Amino acid sequence: MASPRIRSIGVLTAAALAAAALAACGSSSSSGSSAPGVTKTSITFGTHQPLTGPAAPGYSEIAPGSQAFFDYVNAHGGVFGRKIHLTIKDDGYNPTNTVNVVHQLVLQSNVFGIFEGLGTPTHTKVVGFLNASKVPDMFVASGCPCWDKGTTQPYTFGWQPNYTIEGKILGQYIKQHFAGKKVAVLYQDDDFGQGGLAGIQDEVPASQIVAKQAYQSGVTTLAPQITAIKASKADVLVDFTVPIYTAIGQLTSFTLGYKPQLVVSNVGIDPTTVGGLLKTISKGKASGTGLIEGAITDGYLPSPTDTSNPWIQLFMKIHAQYDAKAPFDGNVEYGMANAYTLVQALQAAGKNLTRQALINAVNTHGASWTGPGLVKYRYSSSDHGGFDGAEMGQLRNGKIVLFGGAKSTDPSTSGAITPVTLSPAVPPANGVPSGQ
Amino acid sequence: MSALAARAKLPRSTMLRSLALVVLVGVVLLIVSYQLGPFDDLQLANGAFYFAVLAGLTMLAGLSGQISLGHGALMAVGAYTVALLIGNEGWAVVPALAAATLVTAIVGVPVGVAASRLRGPYLAGATLAFAVGLPAVADKFSGTFGGENGLSINPPTPPSFLGASFSIEQWEAWIACAGALVVLFVLWNLTQSGLGRSMRAVRDEEIAAALCGLRVGRTQAFAFTVSAACAGLGGGLLALVLQLAQPGAFPLQLSLSLLTGIVVGGLGSLAGAAWGAAVLVLLPRWTNDLAHSFSLSNNVSSNLPLAIYGVVLIGAMLVWPSGIQGGVRALVGWALRARSSREKD
Amino acid sequence: MTKFIDLTLNGISTGAIYAAVALSLVLIWRATRIVNFAQGAMLMFTTFIASAVINSTGSYVLGLLVALASGLVLGAVVERVVMRPVESAPPLNAVIVALGVYTLLVAVAGMIWGNTPRSFPAAFSLRGYEVGGTRLLFSPNDSFIVLVVIAAALGLALLFQRTSLGLRMRAAAFQPEVARMLGVRVGQMFTVGWALAAVAGSLAGVLVAPSVFLGPNDFDPILIIGFVAAVLGGLDSPPGAVVGGLLAGLALSYVSGYEGSSLVPLAALVLLVAVLMVRPGGLFSASKERRV
Repeated sequence: MASPRIRSIGVLTAAALAAAALAACGSSSSSGSSAPGVTKTSITFGTHQPLTGPAAPGYSEIAPGSQAFFDYVNAHGGVFGRKIHLTIKDDGYNPTNTVNVVHQLVLQSNVFGIFEGLGTPTHTKVVGFLNASKVPDMFVASGCPCWDKGTTQPYTFGWQPNYTIEGKILGQYIKQHFAGKKVAVLYQDDDFGQGGLAGIQDEVPASQIVAKQAYQSGVTTLAPQITAIKASKADVLVDFTVPIYTAIGQLTSFTLGYKPQLVVSNVGIDPTTVGGLLKTISKGKASGTGLIEGAITDGYLPSPTDTSNPWIQLFMKIHAQYDAKAPFDGNVEYGMANAYTLVQALQAAGKNLTRQALINAVNTHGASWTGPGLVKYRYSSSDHGGFDGAEMGQLRNGKIVLFGGAKSTDPSTSGAITPVTLSPAVPPANGVPSGQ
Repeated sequence: MSALAARAKLPRSTMLRSLALVVLVGVVLLIVSYQLGPFDDLQLANGAFYFAVLAGLTMLAGLSGQISLGHGALMAVGAYTVALLIGNEGWAVVPALAAATLVTAIVGVPVGVAASRLRGPYLAGATLAFAVGLPAVADKFSGTFGGENGLSINPPTPPSFLGASFSIEQWEAWIACAGALVVLFVLWNLTQSGLGRSMRAVRDEEIAAALCGLRVGRTQAFAFTVSAACAGLGGGLLALVLQLAQPGAFPLQLSLSLLTGIVVGGLGSLAGAAWGAAVLVLLPRWTNDLAHSFSLSNNVSSNLPLAIYGVVLIGAMLVWPSGIQGGVRALVGWALRARSSREKD
Repeated sequence: MTKFIDLTLNGISTGAIYAAVALSLVLIWRATRIVNFAQGAMLMFTTFIASAVINSTGSYVLGLLVALASGLVLGAVVERVVMRPVESAPPLNAVIVALGVYTLLVAVAGMIWGNTPRSFPAAFSLRGYEVGGTRLLFSPNDSFIVLVVIAAALGLALLFQRTSLGLRMRAAAFQPEVARMLGVRVGQMFTVGWALAAVAGSLAGVLVAPSVFLGPNDFDPILIIGFVAAVLGGLDSPPGAVVGGLLAGLALSYVSGYEGSSLVPLAALVLLVAVLMVRPGGLFSASKERRV
């Protein structure tokens, strides 16, 4: 050991140097203006995404998809002459990083707001900070019902239909079309899976549910779960799984020769992703979706493979121009549709853009907006939930085909499920939404 | 000559000397915290709680020769304790942190006893399993521990005498730095004491040490428990600063980062732990900024920070095998030798 | 009863993979006294290369051979360039360098091939064997995996025990100075050790990729359990690696099947600690215990 004197110098130097390095890296504190992140020519939003790490697959395409839509809007003059910039920060799905990254975006980069923050365990840790700092927290990329608290979290808005709503709609379909059959549920052991399971249990009689198997995200095999489900002789298997686990579950079922009717959450059924993972064992079938053919699912946006839909045509055009490297799938469509909603909100907030104006715009006008969505938004000063329902769908010939008309409901146990008559909206002529 | 004379006036007693140093560092950090904006204060707070853990870990690995891959899990114990006490039971900050330290030390006792029987990679394997296994308890007993979403607590509010404009981030930095200074004081004295010498003896020549009457197993277990206490305090400070306690915040990657911090900073020295804390906080930021200063395709730009980080780790170990503190020490030693050889002329 | 049989079969097939990873870790430890935390990333990388070859040529065998060959090269290069300077440094330095290699390989794989996992073909059919009207959770591909791993373990054991190359490798690891004096090219032995270990790892990667899919981070859990298995069996013992792997596979399968998947990491911890408390050097070691 060096002499204590040298060690004293060492510790002192280290502390001072580290602090000085921080100060050198540090930049100005908040500019103190009433609208940080807004200038005459630009609006800057920030987002936290799992760009790397185990949660990256699929999700890492969402923010680039949004960015592509913003690039398109900017090329058409932006919103009231302001170009929209999205600063994407990687948090690796680790909430420690999420907290640091969001603090950096708000305190150092002075963004106007946070958009499309991804993940429930990650985003729940910054909601308090964002609302306390009165920073708009727009359209969180997660289906947790916890964003829907307009009175206590006025700055946070959800967007996609939450998992319980989805579970209820799928559950109603099962109750109506698979009456008397045995039902098993395979679900991810977090908000997503537990929320979906709750929705299923709201609608499907308990006597029909013969197995409930959970898995931790990160496991490499679902053999124990699928074995148990097969042993329960279930005719219907409900999957509240992300695409990797939908695929692993199907692989195991294939080995076991188990072929139940699949009902899969919209989160876990994207045919491009799941088909890509199952490609090499579905020999002879073109898209690799042979093992999930016939699966029942739901959707709240047009199917990404439905090239006759004008919204899909618009998004594919934008994708080819601004985000061509990634395949066009449900993740990219999600990012673009969410970005569309943000642009609608910015238009409705008006030329004099402040944070409060944006919040008021969504509260006042949000419920009447139309866009690629198949159902309406639940936006008001007390409801911040986003899409309120979905339409049933089925995987036919490798594509998701929606049928039966959209249904809407609310996340409560007793909330009824009602059909929605919404005439499909047509994209605006140049693809850029107005605030109507 | 006068500089040497001034240094000779430092108090002889270790405890007084360390107290003087701690006060000095504390004053410097206080001044610095006023110069930094709120985000950088948050980063300072991060650095402080990392220092608390790293100091204990570097003592364990460097002085006591035990490699632990499980300190991330021990931080989790401290974090959850603080989150439960402050969030559910409404305790105040200081008692909650003290409790977190104590609880983690208690958890550290059986782990330390088990660890004292293992050597080298076997200890590494067992602590790795511990790092992966313990956070799973939070999922199993999700009623108490909040499952995947974990627990949240409200941020600590600064006392009113500091004024209404005193930022929360600066207050968090003060609390975290105070904790780090406590760790610095305690460990400095511990490593200079008879206990520190026992640890070094056991690390270097176990059999000889046993022959001299040192209780090898007990020394190892005690070292582990102390480092666990430091990790518990660090974890408690993390919960306070980030207002979260969640399995996703304590992955295996965290324990591996802690190891990286102590080795790159300089194994076995408290200054090395300080460097390591700075590296853990600043390096990801620098690699991210560097990577985004080029405009590259999405795949490349999102993975580039990691690639740079990997290269830096490899490079640092090849260029500075004794870590940053080793490099600093060599520099200071060279400067002092050059000065004294000039003075001889 | 079917559940027990299926869980056992699943434990054997997953255990074989863990055994293969454990074998490669044991190899490196025996050859250079370093624990290679980059092993998972290295085998992920070579499996990606194999996938690229299979996609462009359509030949599984060619892909497998390329995987093994690239493993050989990667292992040798990593040892020679990056690990050699730290082999004489404190052991923790080698750990940090290995972590750096791991981070770098994962990042480069993400840059080249993207973060979306892709499928990887299996050598044989994945449809389970049919016994008495039910399909078992064991397919021809699983049989292939188990047989290959056992063959590899036997081959390595023979190499170390019966050949002069193995003797030289062991000498270089235990007493490099003495071995040098006796004419052993110690540096070369280290490189051979790493290269062989990387080949074993590449084999494991190609065998497991069909069921866990191929992505930059997808092999991390395999490496963690493989390391636990290696420690369980004793880091100096190739048969220990196989036994450790099988034991880990079976234990985790039963726990997941009967108790639920949230307890699996805890089960791994309990198993490992239980074994190490009785045998601190792993199952197949001859260490003395230490009393507190």
